[in-house]
Amino acid sequence: MPLSHTKKGQTVVLKEISWGKELKRKLNNLGLTDGVKLEIVKHSKLGPWIIEVRGARLALGRGIIDKIEVELA
Amino acid sequence: MSTIRVALAGNPNCGKTTLFNAYTGAKHYVGNWAGVTVEKKSGEYRYGDYTIEVIDLPGTYSLSPNSLEEKIARDFIMSDAVDVVINIVDASALERNLYLTTQIIETGTPMVVALNMMDEVEKTGGTIDIDGLSERLAVDFVPIVAVKKRGLEEVMERVIALAEGKVAYRPVAPVYSKKVEDAIEKLQMQLPQRKDALRVIDGDESFILTHNIKMDGLQNITEAVTKERYDSVEIITRNHFFIKNRNFHKLSDAVDTLMLNPVFGIPMFILVMLGVFKLTFDLGNIGLDYIDVFFSDYLSVWVSEAFITMGVAEWMRALVVDGIIGGVGGVLTFVPNIAIMFIAISFLEDSGYMARVAFIMDKYLRRVGLNGKAFIPMILGFGCNVPAIMATRTLDNEKDRLLTILINPFMSCGARLPVYVLFAGAFFPGNETLIMGSLYFLGIVIALLAAFVLRKTILKAGESHFVMEIPPYRLPSVKSLLIHVWERVKGYVYKAGTVIFAASVILWFVMNFNFSGMVEMNESFGASIGGVIGYFLTPLGFGSWQAGLSLLTGLVAKEVVVSNMAIAFGFAEDITAAGFYQNMSGFFTPIAAYAFLVFVLLYTPCVAVIGAIKKETNSWKWTGFSVVYQLAIAWFVAMLVYQVGTFIWG
Repeated sequence: MPLSHTKKGQTVVLKEISWGKELKRKLNNLGLTDGVKLEIVKHSKLGPWIIEVRGARLALGRGIIDKIEVELA
Repeated sequence: MSTIRVALAGNPNCGKTTLFNAYTGAKHYVGNWAGVTVEKKSGEYRYGDYTIEVIDLPGTYSLSPNSLEEKIARDFIMSDAVDVVINIVDASALERNLYLTTQIIETGTPMVVALNMMDEVEKTGGTIDIDGLSERLAVDFVPIVAVKKRGLEEVMERVIALAEGKVAYRPVAPVYSKKVEDAIEKLQMQLPQRKDALRVIDGDESFILTHNIKMDGLQNITEAVTKERYDSVEIITRNHFFIKNRNFHKLSDAVDTLMLNPVFGIPMFILVMLGVFKLTFDLGNIGLDYIDVFFSDYLSVWVSEAFITMGVAEWMRALVVDGIIGGVGGVLTFVPNIAIMFIAISFLEDSGYMARVAFIMDKYLRRVGLNGKAFIPMILGFGCNVPAIMATRTLDNEKDRLLTILINPFMSCGARLPVYVLFAGAFFPGNETLIMGSLYFLGIVIALLAAFVLRKTILKAGESHFVMEIPPYRLPSVKSLLIHVWERVKGYVYKAGTVIFAASVILWFVMNFNFSGMVEMNESFGASIGGVIGYFLTPLGFGSWQAGLSLLTGLVAKEVVVSNMAIAFGFAEDITAAGFYQNMSGFFTPIAAYAFLVFVLLYTPCVAVIGAIKKETNSWKWTGFSVVYQLAIAWFVAMLVYQVGTFIWG
């Protein structure tokens, strides 16, 4: 399911980033690699979300949240 | 006596700048990396018989070149210019930080890891098995607390031991899956060294071009390497990092429930900014009074008397006292205000609040086609637009960058502050903070509107993406704040002594002479030039030649607008709010005064900013465009303010 369908406080596993090479590489280097665990720290209707990945907090804009496929941990 | 060259590498927000300042103090050199506009800082640290040259690399999450900063970091670490790398690791986000550590291991350049923020880890009941980590990677991990200067010497001891070759450096690099190792092996037929093969796999474009490498079938390998590197780091972290209290970010989260709240986030931000203005105003004005008294009551008088006793010509006395002391002093008077402003902004930046502002503003910036990150250079613009325009480099794509550069000058910089301080004090006593706040706010609104229009017309682009780390809140190091402010204030004072000094002299001549020699001011060259400009400013409510000429000189530096106003209206010896009101209320209605401030806020920036725009856009076309469109917007908005205001309040 897309990341945008998850709830606050859930822990999910990243399956795929369906986006261009550039953005994908950038997210990979920040630790968003296939199979990594993500915790949804903050979500909002219109604004960005905050996820915890590899002990650090990342803000992700709406556009990206729709492009990340995850599955429940 | 020997010299060792050390590079500081680390993630953004890991305390790298604090460590750099702890080592080098205020005596460091700021330049640019060869051929690019990224700031290069270096300084010296003495340790025993050694002089250690410390070079601060840009903060990066990886060495895979996603940006100019990463490329610079990688190129420098892999060049012969470095003896040892100090890798600063934020212990509280160990896993993500160790990724860069692993990449540095793979470059083969000797490294010592400075494990920062250990105190934070310990506070939350976490422990890190430092010896185990050092052993596992065969690299020295030294715990430090950069803010308290703890562990600095221990780190340097290890650095010297490595540089001297007293200890061998044989770190343990990750071993990859068969698929990846085969690719590395294949590349090693062209590039014998494993580190170079990995450089290709990590996607170092320019390196690939130089060595003419065939990249067929390597795309998936890049992704695989990143994943496997992170996986190995994950295992290492799990084995050596023990968290008792799962929630590391408890305190930050509590603060963020308010700061990042969809309803209260924006009012909180406005409150914070109003607090900054109030500090700037109240604290700054205490210093301002002292400096002002020094220039106008002591220095001017003393120089005047000295000249009279020595029998110096009257025109010379007038030039020195009215022109130079008036002009330079009028600018230096505001050093306290500007210093406070810079301290406040650095504090917001170093504490982690700036990232939150980007977060709450993202929603709104999306509507004008930018993302939250673009807001950070905008806030930095409140200090000075030059570093703010340079800070747009953190944005991911060129169109976003260009757009953010073009709207940046609408953010009111510190140099415009003196104009507001005096005018607000003179025409709106008691409401200074409100008047100032309204101008800063108007600047933001105009910037966003301009972004919206530019995005819809000449800078169309797809969606821009917001990805950003939200670091935990931290108390900034006092030393770093002071050093940062000192650098900026130094620049400001230097400007007062050079550019503004020269401008004051030229202006004095322009205002006291015409072709027939020395004349009354209203018959001078300056009055004629200012008169032409004033003609165009009449619909804005300030059509006097004095206003026209002062605004023209503002292109040299905005802070001279007020001192030149005072010189042009003939009260240079009394640059105070009261003096302003007394001498200028005949020329400005309060509405016209406000329109004037709006014009000063929005019109063409100073030459330093124009230079920065040229440097960063690398295009005369865009530079010219920015100059013209700002002037047009300033004229139009100030005209609206004056006409509508006069219509309503008469």
